[in-house]
Parts: sequence; structure tokens; C-alpha cells
Amino acid sequence: MKGSGRRLAVVGNGMVSVSLLEQLAALETDWRVTVLGDEPRPAYDRIGLSQVLAGERAADELLLRGRDWYAANGFDLRTGCRVLALDPAGRRLDTERGPVEYDACVVATGSLPFVPPIPGAELDGVLGFRTVEDVDAMLARSRPRGRAVVIGGGLLGLEAARGLLARGMEVTVVHLVDRLMERQLDHGAASVLRDELERMGLRVLLSASTRSIEGRGRAESVVLAGGAVLPAELVVVCAGIKPNVALAAAAGLAVGRGVQVDDRLASSAPGVYAAGECAEHDGMVYGLVAPLYRQAAVLARHLAGDAAAAFRPLVTATRLKVAGVDLFAGGRTVPEAGDREVLLRDDGGGVYKKLVLRDEALVGVALVGDLGPMPALADALARGDRVRDRLALLGVGAEAEPAAGAALPDHATVCGCNGVTKAAILAAIRARGGCTTRQCVARCTRASSSCGSCAPVVEGLLQLAGAGRAAAPAGVPDVCTCVPLPRTVLRERVLELGLRSVGEVLDHLGDGVGCHRCRPALSYYLDAWWCGEHREEPASRHVNDRVHANIQRDGTFSVVPRIRGGVTSPAELRRIADVAERFGVGAVKITGGQRIDLLGVRKQDLPAVWAALGMPSGHAYAKAVRTVKSCVGSDWCRFGVGDSTDLAVRLESLLEGLYTPHKLKLGVTGCPRNCAEVTVKDLGIVAVVGGWELYVAGAAGMTVRKGDLLCTVESAGRALEEAAIAVQHYREEAEYLERMYHFVPRVGIDAFRSATVDAPPEARAGLLERFRRSRTNARDPWCAAPAGDPVRFEPALAVPAR
Amino acid sequence: MSVTVPLAGLRPNEGRLLVAGGRAIALFLTAAGPRAIDARCPHAGGPLEDGIVSGTRVTCPLHLRHVDLDTGTVDDCAERVRCYPARITGDGVVVDL
Repeated sequence: MKGSGRRLAVVGNGMVSVSLLEQLAALETDWRVTVLGDEPRPAYDRIGLSQVLAGERAADELLLRGRDWYAANGFDLRTGCRVLALDPAGRRLDTERGPVEYDACVVATGSLPFVPPIPGAELDGVLGFRTVEDVDAMLARSRPRGRAVVIGGGLLGLEAARGLLARGMEVTVVHLVDRLMERQLDHGAASVLRDELERMGLRVLLSASTRSIEGRGRAESVVLAGGAVLPAELVVVCAGIKPNVALAAAAGLAVGRGVQVDDRLASSAPGVYAAGECAEHDGMVYGLVAPLYRQAAVLARHLAGDAAAAFRPLVTATRLKVAGVDLFAGGRTVPEAGDREVLLRDDGGGVYKKLVLRDEALVGVALVGDLGPMPALADALARGDRVRDRLALLGVGAEAEPAAGAALPDHATVCGCNGVTKAAILAAIRARGGCTTRQCVARCTRASSSCGSCAPVVEGLLQLAGAGRAAAPAGVPDVCTCVPLPRTVLRERVLELGLRSVGEVLDHLGDGVGCHRCRPALSYYLDAWWCGEHREEPASRHVNDRVHANIQRDGTFSVVPRIRGGVTSPAELRRIADVAERFGVGAVKITGGQRIDLLGVRKQDLPAVWAALGMPSGHAYAKAVRTVKSCVGSDWCRFGVGDSTDLAVRLESLLEGLYTPHKLKLGVTGCPRNCAEVTVKDLGIVAVVGGWELYVAGAAGMTVRKGDLLCTVESAGRALEEAAIAVQHYREEAEYLERMYHFVPRVGIDAFRSATVDAPPEARAGLLERFRRSRTNARDPWCAAPAGDPVRFEPALAVPAR
Repeated sequence: MSVTVPLAGLRPNEGRLLVAGGRAIALFLTAAGPRAIDARCPHAGGPLEDGIVSGTRVTCPLHLRHVDLDTGTVDDCAERVRCYPARITGDGVVVDL
């Protein structure tokens, strides 16, 4: 049982710390673990910070493990808790929140940015690039066309520069050495990289040293040694990192550049270990994640009692994506006397490939731009293989592989960050109930979970292993980390086990807790898969779906009654007006979907508002069928070809009340003039002479997309049938929160058509049958609960306790 | 000061607003027991009683900040939400204000 054993204190909660904890959890050791991190949040993927800076990911997406995970594994995580002192003799830590006693202690304090003694480095606007807080500070100071200088042209500096460039800033990189990333790249590769970066708009100054940063109170310019002045309101210093050894040094541990450790990661003090960027092994301090994760793995095995576990350095090969440019470098990229070079260089194409050979054995590789040959080269490099066909190894003249990774030997490392071999990935895929998606492989093996550059190879292996077996297509994500199964697999299990509520699914197939993302997703899936014969669990729905109204910024709600096809009557409008006055509605607004929105309704008034309206819900608050917009059509319009209002009302009546993966907006228009703008609807119908055209997957929201023509039919009845089949297919096969205009392009309009319009009769009949069952089971929520429900809608009344 | 809310007035994992002692309090019946916190999210004033509860965490319905029902800590926010001791006594939930 966990929690009964010896006490392990882990100082630091970074990537290596988490990797260690993951290994300890997998080994089911009996250590009682306390983790102390000085940042306010649990460990996150520092490699991803540049993506946050570039606006491609949110900071909270970088969390490696949520707090729930630490708790579930019995790890006592204390964030925002700095360790003040380490007492190896007393086996005790002093922290900001009191002492922590331990039997073993791991120092995983990582590193700190190295800030060179440049005059002016203390000015406001001069920042490092290490933490989420640094990124926040950079974002606070970045603005389009603002000017930034990044000091340091290593990996970190270039990533920072890329992020700021993506924010629209004018960025100059000032680098001391005569080539970028000199620790990893030779001159040729560095110059191709530089060309690519300059093409993106980055300015690069080499052999340039910074004399000072000038400004009154805050940074205004950077002055170079030659006297050149670079205006800069933001200066990011990425001049390298230094191991964070203050705690270890003060405790009397042997410290060189880092905390000195032996092959078992043990420091000079009994019971104290070190791993990660703060550790020095055999004179080497590592800064890339792959060897550091190996340290974590060795240390975990050692702590689990494996005396044979030992850390041995390997030839380091690095796969990086720098500012969007793919790079791979390993071994010695600058040849020594007696080495031989094989070089392929395409300046205009941004491609550079170089092999360094010694007696026909591969001793160094540098690739820029095209990493196709990387896996084979990494393997040959690690093994020091003799190279037979050099050009083939560089990917020259090679045919495109059917699936990336097919030609790799089983022992080849696919994920360099985490040291995962092809064999390990295939094992995870082939296991019973094995991985069917890359995300699942990432979770099970860690392959592709760090820099992500091996994702294509992992996808290729999924294809390879999945050939001929009915599996989810590669790339389909899991429903959630709380329910680690792809949707298609989850559906099979849910139906097989007869699980009808979100709670049951979470208990049987998930973590038993769920989150705000998967609970609504599961709510939708259960409704769709059971055709409405599921057990509804309001607590797992967003409040909008609990109270059938749309929450507003002030906590009040908006009410949109259903006005089918946008066709109303004086009596209905009068009733709506009366309700608006009687309940003191804050605003009345005509919506884009040809309906009326009553804004500012209090939650406790909702049931009475519905009763007074006497109209069904418009589902404006839900991921559901919204409106069918229409033009007046042939009844009134002198150009009208078809009766668009009639078909719109029939279409809305047919579909209303159905939940869909995301909102579904429709339209019917009476002629190709398209006044109802239906070609940018999720599903739109256009009257043409002799029939109707159905379009799907149009969009006029975050993106604009013209719908794809699905089919042309001769009658309104057929149009309704094809619409029902298309909507049901979307309901069954799209991911939750996937709009029609994402779903259809993902699967392809041809595949969509084959699964709907051109599907075999029995498949169409099945879709229609499930559609009708779902529709029959859909209850209008406003009419279903006219009497109200005080527990859900009204505040609780408190009575003084005795 | 303590107040009682009848247990029948709460549904598992579905929050409810409780106005008592001049405060707006969000009251929850989680699998781990009753929890009571200040009802307004410090980020933008969202009604926390309307959030989705998972475990002992509630997610604000407006901008999806997570609030820990045990500690009151809020994602990416230095400010905490105040927590009130709550316990089940007989057929009621007692909240100490």
C-alpha cells in the first residue's frame, strides 16, 4: 500500500521531477513522496512556453499532470513552497511552510537563466525566458510593430524570437558567436537555419556583443560593442542557463558546475540524489530533455531497489523544432581530421543534410528542413553502424514510404526526447485494448509527448499496425485525459457494458472524477449513442443545459424562444412583448438567426418566463439544432423558385430538440440569390429550378467557408430526408465540439457523401431509424418543466442553526 | 454564526446559491461531503454555484477558471475564494459563516 513506507522528498517540480514521479508510480514503490515546487503551479512542459508566447497554446495546456494526478498517486504536492535549506545530516528540509523530514531526498532544482553582467540588465522591460511568469511579462510588453531584441541565438533565444515575431513584433537576435546554435550546429546548418529565420522576418546579428541596455527606468535600446544602437522596448536575455545549485552548495554537497552525482545519481551526501539540469554526471551537465528523462528513469529504478540501474551517457542526438524550422543534430557535426563529410545542400529550399563518417561508421549528423531520414540516421548514429548507401541514408532517391517508420529496425529510437523505441510503441499499439491514437501512445509510452516532432512516425506506426484491423483512424484524440479512450472505442465499450449515465462511464472507463470538459462531452455522447434513452445527469451539463438558457456575463440568462424558419405572428410578438415587460427584461434583441432574444432574465424567473411565453425552447444556449434561417421564398418574392419558408419550418420542426456535437445552424433559401446566406451554414438548402441543392459545412464564424454541395434532389421531401441522414451521421461520427465545417473537411466531402447520400440502403435506413428514435425521445425542456424546480432555479433559504 | 440548509434542498454536484449573513455563498454536495465557498469568481464575478463540479473542484461557467473547494485557490489567480466550514448534521447541511 502506498503511503506507509519511507519518506522521499523531491525538491523541485519541473519536467524531470514529474518524470521521476511517473516512473515511481509505474514501479508501484512504497515511498511516501512529498514534492516541493517554488512555482505557483504544478510542473509544466517548459518546451511548450514558446508556443504560449506565440499564442498557439494556453499556459494551462502545458501542465504535465493535474493536481488530481498527484493526489491520486499519493504524492503530496506543495506548490509555491520554496525550500530554504537542506540538512543532509539531520535528513531534513526547511521550507517556507515548515520543516520536511525525509529518508531520501532528490534535488531536482533545474537551472536558472544566466544573465551576463550587462549594464542596464536591471531595467524594466529586460526579461528572461524560463517560466510562465516570464511569458506573461513578455506578453504584457509585446505589441504589434513594437521592437524587441533577443540577446542569445541559442535554442531558447530563437524560440523566444519566434514567439515575439508571431505577436507581430519586429525582432532582432543578437548573438555573440559567428553562427546560431553553435553547440548543436555546424556552420552550414547554422547558415541554412539563419536564412530560413530571416525569410520569416527575423533579423539576426552574429558576432555581436552587447555593451549595454539603455533607458530611463525602462529599456529603450540595446547598444552593441561596435556602437550600433538597436531601439528596443523589450529585451529578452537568453544567454544560457546555469544549474541551480545554491541549495545543494549551502548544504555542503560536492558541487562543480552542477551537483556532482555518480551513476546512480547519488550526490556526495548520504540519502541525497540529484537529477536534471542541476546535476553534473562525469563532468557533464545536460540541458536537453532526453538524457534528463533517462536520469529520472534510472533514479526511479534505483529508489525502487534496482541496484543495477545506472546512468550512462549516450551519443546525444537532438531533434528540435526551432522557430518552426526542423533540425536534427547528433554526434560531431564539425568534422575532425580524418573524418569524411557527405553533404547535400539546397539553399533556396531551406534543406541541409550532412553526414560525418569515420572509417565508414556514422559519427555525426546534421539535418535542417527535411527530417525524413532522421529515424534511420539516429539509429545508425547511436549504434555507430557502418554506412553502406550514403545517399539512401540521406533520403536521396528514396521512394516515399507507405508509412513513416516502416523501414526502421525495431530497436530504433523514435522519440528522442523520451527514449522510446519503435518496438515499445508497437507493443503499446498491439496490446489488448491497445493504443489506437497518437495521443494514447503519447500517454502510454510518452513518445511524441514532448517536442512532438516524431508524431508523424508514431502516426505511421499506428497505420502500419492498424492495417487490416478495425481501429479508430490515427489522429483521433481520446475523449479526455479523464477517459483515456478514443470516442469510437468508448462507444463500443459503453454500448457493450450498458452504461447510460456520465457517472457510470467515469466510474467504469474513466478516472471516476471527470472534468468540466469531459462531463459535457460524455453527456452529449450518451444522448447520441443511446438515441435519447440514456440517463440524463444535469450536474454533468454546463449550467446553460441545466437551466435551458444562456448565461450572460452578469450571471443572468438570455431566453430565445423557437420561431421556426423565422416566421412569427402578431399574436406571438405581442406575447413576447408582454413577457419582456412583465419580467423587466433588460434588452430585447433580434438575433442573427431570425429570432428574438430576451436578455437579463434572472435564473429564478426562467420557469415563469417559459410558461408565459408558451413557446418551445430555441436551444440558443446549447450545442444543438439552432435555427433554420429562411428568405420569404416563392410565396412573396418575385424571384423565388421554391417555397423556402415552408421547407425551413418543416426542416426546423424535423430537427428541433436534437443535441448535436456542436451548434448546428441551418438555412433554406428560395433561389440562388441566396438571401438567407445558406451556403455559409452548417447545412443549407437552395431552391433551384426543378429541385433543391443541399450544402454542408459552410461557415461564417471564426472562419469563413463556403459549404460543399452534398447533393441535388428533386423534392422537398427528399431534401428533408437527406438533411436528417446528414445530421444523424454528423451526430454519430463527429467529435464533441467539432463543428460540421471541421468534421466534413476532416473526413472529406466524398467520404461524407458515401456515408450519407450514397450509403447502402440498409445503412441509410439505420441512420433514419436512429434519427427518429432520438427525435422521439427529445423533450422540449421548457414545456417539460413548466411548474419549475425550486432546487435548481432558486437560491436556498438559510435558517439559523441551533 | 451558523446556518442550516435542508439536505433535500441540494443535489449531488449541482451547486446552489445560499444568501446568508449578507454573503452570497455557493453550496455544493460533493462526493467528499458538503462544501461552501464565496459564490463569486474573483476573475470576473462568475456565479460559481452554476459551475461543473468534478471531485472537489468547481469550474466557473463564465471563463472556466477552476476553483478548489477545499482551499479556495483559483487557477492563475493570486486571490483566493473564501471557504466556509460545512458539515452534514441530521437532514441538514450546517455552514459556519
